Amino acid sequence: MNKVIANATEAVEGVKDGMTLMLGGFGLCGIPENCINALVHLGVSGLTCISNNAGVDDFGLGLLLQKKQIRKMISSYVGENDEFERQMLSGELEVDLIPQGSLAERCRAGGAGIPAFYTPAGFGTEVAEGKETREYNGKMHILENALTADFAMVKAWKGDTDGNLVFKATARNFNPMMAMAGKITIAEVEELVAPGELDPNFIHTPGIFVQRIFKGTDYEKRIEQRTVRPRD
Amino acid sequence: MALNKQEIAQRIAQELQTGWYVNLGIGIPTLVANYIPKHISVVLQSENGLLGMGPFPFEGEEDADLINAGKQTITTLPGSVFFDSATSFAMIRGGHVQLTVLGAMEVADNGDIANWKIPDRMVKGMGGAMDLVASADNIIVAMQHTNKRGESKLLPACTLPITGVQCVKKIVTDLATLEVTPKEGFRLLERAPGVSVEEIVSKTAGRLTVKGDVPEMQF
Repeated sequence: MNKVIANATEAVEGVKDGMTLMLGGFGLCGIPENCINALVHLGVSGLTCISNNAGVDDFGLGLLLQKKQIRKMISSYVGENDEFERQMLSGELEVDLIPQGSLAERCRAGGAGIPAFYTPAGFGTEVAEGKETREYNGKMHILENALTADFAMVKAWKGDTDGNLVFKATARNFNPMMAMAGKITIAEVEELVAPGELDPNFIHTPGIFVQRIFKGTDYEKRIEQRTVRPRD
Repeated sequence: MALNKQEIAQRIAQELQTGWYVNLGIGIPTLVANYIPKHISVVLQSENGLLGMGPFPFEGEEDADLINAGKQTITTLPGSVFFDSATSFAMIRGGHVQLTVLGAMEVADNGDIANWKIPDRMVKGMGGAMDLVASADNIIVAMQHTNKRGESKLLPACTLPITGVQCVKKIVTDLATLEVTPKEGFRLLERAPGVSVEEIVSKTAGRLTVKGDVPEMQF
């Protein structure tokens, strides 16, 4: 089942104003760089973006923020981005901040056909406002709804033409759950190989979750905090 | 003498026990990794998807695909494993991580913690903190005893939006080690070397219980 498309421009075909998108990555690690650039060029606006973070001012989702293409962000942590903070405090940008584990599980649930689940995270805090609560095993929990998206955009290390994906190191993060939760999931990969070249024992995301795959180009892979130790 | 950040981290490192999986938050908690006693074997969990976090890489060996929850470049160790964010928080929520160390802006004497938001001023988000404090059985807070204006951060009730309810078990500040108990509020366990009980009492706004002679911390 060949799911290969030519490039990022073709990948984002069908993304329209006002749609909900999921974008993988943690900080700038494992973000779909090619898809984000293609969305900037496509010029769609009024987007709801579900992503753990919002990039930095001049990279990642920050590029979409600069062009005011995002109407609402659903994230767990949005520091490191001045333009984001400005748009949020001025009310231009709607922001839904949710605990990181709940965000991950809400995406997983969305892809797994589980409409909602109870979690202890956020009980007694602002996050619980307006949500159903229930006690299990003597502990209070809040009901969190599943998340899905019109398009999910994920970045993998290797993928085959059937859409099977392998991620590298901590660049995996939110990508596998978001791949499950997209109505159309686009995977951009560093290496695109033929079926059979990836060991079936070591595939992280089965191709059933992926509708479009392409080989990305010109990865910058910017490092947010370069920390090193001296050689002895 | 009040402790510096390294010394706070060093004191917390004394709490570690062999076999524990430990999540260290950003800031002072990260420094705890530098003081793990030689005879203690723990595994560090980074919630972005790594068990077995190693030290920073040598210059020139940084890998953009290998970072910790503070977005710092790091390394792996023999036995390290990568996983996705849902699995990571299954470890946390499921009670498989034995100790969480994190920073705080305020802690209340009932164990409530506030560390994610200052309304209209700092709204960066909670990241994984709410999942961590809601789920971990053992939570140690590393922080300064007072804020930059000299006001106590150990309060009768949090004034900032809270991150979690009745969850903090222990606090190590630049002045003291305190236990958080349901009946006695903050219970003073240790003083920083050369710091008087009176100073700790005067800088603790929440309910503080002091019993008998309070020993100095040992390093």
